[in-house]
Amino acid sequence: MNPTVLDPTGPSVDPETAAHPRPRAAGRQALGARQLVEALPAALRKLDPRELVGSPVMFVVEVGAVACTVLSIVHPSLFAVSITLWLWATVLFATLAESVAESRGKAQAAGLRASQAQTTARRIVAQQDTLEYTSGRADLPTTEVSSSSLQVGDVVVVEAGETIPGDGDVIEGIASVDESAITGESAPVIRESGGDRSAVTGGTVVLSDRIVVRITAPAGHTFVDRMIALVEGSERQKTPNEIALNVLLASLTIIFLLAVATLQPFAIYSGSRQSLIVLIALLVCLIPTTIGALLSAIGIAGMDRLVQRNVLAMSGRAVEAAGDVDVLLLDKTGTITLGNRQAAELIPVEGVDAAELADAAQLSSMADETPEGRSVLVLVKEQFGLRARESGDLVGAELVQFTARTRMSGLDLPDPVGFEGASGEGVRHIRKGAAAAVTAWVHSTGGHTGPDAARIVDAISSSGGTPLVVAERRGSAPARVLGVIHLKDVVKQGLRERFAELRAMGIRTVMVTGDNAVTARAIAAEAGVDDVLAEATPEDKLALIRREQAGGRLVAMAGDGTNDAPALAQADVGVAMNTGTTAAKEAGNMVDLDSNPTKLIEIVQIGKQLLITRGALTTFSIANDVAKYFAILPAMFVLVFPQLSVLNVMHLSSPQSAILSAVIFNALIIIALIPLSLRGVRYRPAAASVMLRYNLLVYGLGGLIAPFLGIKLIDLIVSLFPGIG
Amino acid sequence: MSTPWIAVAQILVLVVALAAVHVPLGGYMARVFTSTRHLRVERAGYRALRVDPDADQRWSMYLMSVLGFSLVSVLLLYGLERLQSHLPLSIGAPAMDPAGAWNTAVSFVTNTNWQWYSGETAAGHLLQMAGFAVQNFLSAAVGIAVVVALIRGLARSGADGRVGNFWSDLVRTVVRILLPLSVVVAVVLIAMGVIQNLSAHTEITTLAGGSQHVLGGPVASQEAIKEIGTNGGGFFNANSAHPFENPTPLSDLLEIFLLLAIPFSLPRTFGIMVGDRRQGWAIAGVMGALWAGAVGLLTWAELAGPGVVPAAAGAAMEGKETRFGTAASALFAASTTSTSTGAVNSMHDSLTAAGGGVAIFNMQLGEISPGGVGSGLYGMLVLVIVAVFIAGLMVGRTPEYLGKKIGRQEITLVALYVLTTPAIVLTGTAVAIATHAGQAGILNPGTHGLSEVLYAFTSAGNNNGSAFAGLTVSTPFYDTLLGLAMLLGRFVPMALVLALAGRFATQKTVPPSAGTLPTHRPLFAGLLIAVALVVVGLTYIPVLALGPIAEALS
Repeated sequence: MNPTVLDPTGPSVDPETAAHPRPRAAGRQALGARQLVEALPAALRKLDPRELVGSPVMFVVEVGAVACTVLSIVHPSLFAVSITLWLWATVLFATLAESVAESRGKAQAAGLRASQAQTTARRIVAQQDTLEYTSGRADLPTTEVSSSSLQVGDVVVVEAGETIPGDGDVIEGIASVDESAITGESAPVIRESGGDRSAVTGGTVVLSDRIVVRITAPAGHTFVDRMIALVEGSERQKTPNEIALNVLLASLTIIFLLAVATLQPFAIYSGSRQSLIVLIALLVCLIPTTIGALLSAIGIAGMDRLVQRNVLAMSGRAVEAAGDVDVLLLDKTGTITLGNRQAAELIPVEGVDAAELADAAQLSSMADETPEGRSVLVLVKEQFGLRARESGDLVGAELVQFTARTRMSGLDLPDPVGFEGASGEGVRHIRKGAAAAVTAWVHSTGGHTGPDAARIVDAISSSGGTPLVVAERRGSAPARVLGVIHLKDVVKQGLRERFAELRAMGIRTVMVTGDNAVTARAIAAEAGVDDVLAEATPEDKLALIRREQAGGRLVAMAGDGTNDAPALAQADVGVAMNTGTTAAKEAGNMVDLDSNPTKLIEIVQIGKQLLITRGALTTFSIANDVAKYFAILPAMFVLVFPQLSVLNVMHLSSPQSAILSAVIFNALIIIALIPLSLRGVRYRPAAASVMLRYNLLVYGLGGLIAPFLGIKLIDLIVSLFPGIG
Repeated sequence: MSTPWIAVAQILVLVVALAAVHVPLGGYMARVFTSTRHLRVERAGYRALRVDPDADQRWSMYLMSVLGFSLVSVLLLYGLERLQSHLPLSIGAPAMDPAGAWNTAVSFVTNTNWQWYSGETAAGHLLQMAGFAVQNFLSAAVGIAVVVALIRGLARSGADGRVGNFWSDLVRTVVRILLPLSVVVAVVLIAMGVIQNLSAHTEITTLAGGSQHVLGGPVASQEAIKEIGTNGGGFFNANSAHPFENPTPLSDLLEIFLLLAIPFSLPRTFGIMVGDRRQGWAIAGVMGALWAGAVGLLTWAELAGPGVVPAAAGAAMEGKETRFGTAASALFAASTTSTSTGAVNSMHDSLTAAGGGVAIFNMQLGEISPGGVGSGLYGMLVLVIVAVFIAGLMVGRTPEYLGKKIGRQEITLVALYVLTTPAIVLTGTAVAIATHAGQAGILNPGTHGLSEVLYAFTSAGNNNGSAFAGLTVSTPFYDTLLGLAMLLGRFVPMALVLALAGRFATQKTVPPSAGTLPTHRPLFAGLLIAVALVVVGLTYIPVLALGPIAEALS
């Protein structure tokens, strides 16, 4: 069994690889023609005005398109029909954008549904109190029922090879479970009763052993059901910021509606009555159709980007909140540091050779199966070239296991084995352990630890490390200290840079740890976090979140244990690890299927990217209007006011081609921007003012210039058609 | 000195004077609105009004106070106008007709001071002093009170919608700011030659032996608050073009300075009250840039702009006082339309087409450059929130301004505010232009006629009050419709602003971080200018194209 899977802190994922989407997400980014065609039926269904009314901008376009259809049937002309068709195209492109965005989740949902195939569950038939107090429940009589009929509180037995019939907690036994159906991770995970790894998910498969599971979610409301609903977007509700933006877009639409509606009396007064088709064309060009068409696609794609990274957001609100986060609470272990402390240095006391210390350190760690012990072996091998000893080298050696009472490990070697040239000094005792324990042992043999050892121990402690003292006793002579092993928390690579990025974005990182303040601060300084919560209890964590929130800040955190649940619920963004308990998963508003707490950083970035994409396309959309005025206004009134032709800066060939070109540009820009809205705009962590300058330049200035070029280009083509040019 | 240099010199003098005065005046106003002390005379006022000046009102109560107070003001003024012939000091002025009285009552209470009548013949001294001058103080004070409420809303945190006390804000504005300033200015104006008496006409014999009526009246006292309170209602029909209101180029420059003084000082008051003076600088900077742009464009249009007349005469002198000249007239026109004052020292109808277009656009900006007293700053703050909303999204956070999140409810209030004035202006203009009653008032046909009607509704809807002239507005049709435009254009935005103030006051203030959009830097100021120009431009360009633009290009 792969020991890292058993690691209670979850698989430690290198942040570098975590920064990139999983390979299976690749290839879904590109927008192909096939994807558009496949999304077409759904897009056509979305033309239903009852559905479209949720997007006020596109609803107005559809009403305009209907009116134009009627008008061009009554008075058909090439111009009228062209305008009408392009208005319909505008609406269709909008619904197409949304259904393309949705289709990306559909494939994943289909895969999840497969895991939901009805299974048979073996429900234990027994009185409730029997189930509460009895052990050996796995042997109680069972009855076979359909998984869809399971109720909350039912207890089922699942054996190797069987599918777990529903979400629940393991109340007895331990098993390895294949969760690849939901996580995409093929390595099995361990699920056992009690503790923080007791939650199992319906649809996953038990690979070995047998467990008893108490069902915690009714059929149809399981984790996978929610996942399906989420990735399909069927439960999608507009998020607060999306609603706010919709309000702004609606009010802009009303302003332009007013401007265009009142234009007719002015035009009549000026002796230049306008046709309704031209007025509708002007209106559609002015109202913010670009962002109006892409707004919901942007939202769906934002959620989808999270799903691609194996994060399930239980609400869109949480995704937006992620962009606003001011404080990130990060657990030290597993998030900032690799799971375990590692030997970083061997410091001999005065008069002892480093090689001698290395030898003793290696020997003392033979009986130490902990990661710390193994790291000592790695260190001596790398630094001193001492290869691991075979068991044959240690014939007669007696391993001294670590016990809570002695708090030391080591081994006793009979003379002369493992020691060059038998000295006849008798049995060699080597001990390694906490400073206090080893000191006590040395004193008990009548020896002295000496000032040097104490100095080294203090130095290591105050630097935040953990000192392990190595001592040796030969025969019955007093024991003496050889040196100290410096155990250190190893900070994951690349985190310092990421925390610096977060700082640039205005996000403060707080490391949460149970370590004492000295140790915590040392690691914090090394990792580059802004603040530390040392000797933290779950209550401290909760209090810290409340304190930050009282100051108006938004807090994000990741957690997995049941005792994390209150803090997860309190945090504005609470990311529960999939390996965690049911309580944790229910308390948080996101679940990370990879159980990688470092992913919080990515979640924040996705949240920001979502908002930036909306803002950028809104700016682009509004900036576009300037050019459209220059195209359409002279075209409308050049007959009665020839002097207005100086405003025709694009030198469009005729009034009709000018108006038609503006409408066509307005429609095509939607299609052109679908990939951007699905992908999100380019995002680099930077200070707000830097980001604003960049985005204003690209989408503001770009939005001002692009339509001048686009409309001119379209006009060159459109004017080739007789009857328009 | 040639005219362009005069133009530049007087603008420089003005800028230096404003820069010098905004620091003490802005700081003083901030102290007025944050002090807990009541003056004895104020206490007497509170007792008379039977109000508790220390009661912290929720925004809704504050709004009710504003509306109730303004309703009483309208009724009192209406009564005075209708009854003036029966009252003393009427100097023979007849009672106003109902439509005219409604229009004028609304006009002065809304700080618009649109005048369909000639002050010389339609308003006696009592109506001028007890009616118009009083409203000049009170309507200005109401505007300042509302913006103070909004500033408090932004400055407070978790205050359950409480934004201060309207009565205290009103009384303090009058007693501590407007009255002292007006007294000093009135004396200075008298020294400059503005008249101040209670006599009716004086009959004199001219040098040529003819007989002439020379008008009298308490002009200086009203002239001071007319400019200080950005009211703009002239004692005489000719307004500040009249030598008794504005005798010399120096008094002209003083009047321009006065109408800009409080609007340009309020951003500093704002900066101090929200605890970040840079925010005030940014807003004053944007206001100043928009104002300077308008002054530059209008001066250019009048001096060298397109058109037959300027080309022939070297500048457009029609409708301008030779005492002031083209440059001072352009500066006055740009400033009065930027501040919702509406006083004029030249006939705006006679501005070049481009110059008239700039004046109209100035008002269409929503009177934010720097706008009327109080209303200019709250109008600008609303646009700030629009800019913050768009820019805030582009830095990847829920938009926030001064630590207040701009969520659905906030943006709804802001959107309605932005919608209100264009709706009033465009609908009003369209109704007038499409009906016989409306078209009957037009003096010049064609593009200029459209500009005349557009100017009238733009001026009323934005509470400016200046008139393009040309258009005959003393008809029941225009009296009623323009009165409605003024009323809605004043109190709908005020209600929205106070609701916004309440929302902000309720919210907790989020401390700024590196991820917060900085709203005091030139980048944001530039964005704010762009938002103002683009949003307003996109709304009004079609109608401007058929009016001033078509006329200017012909």
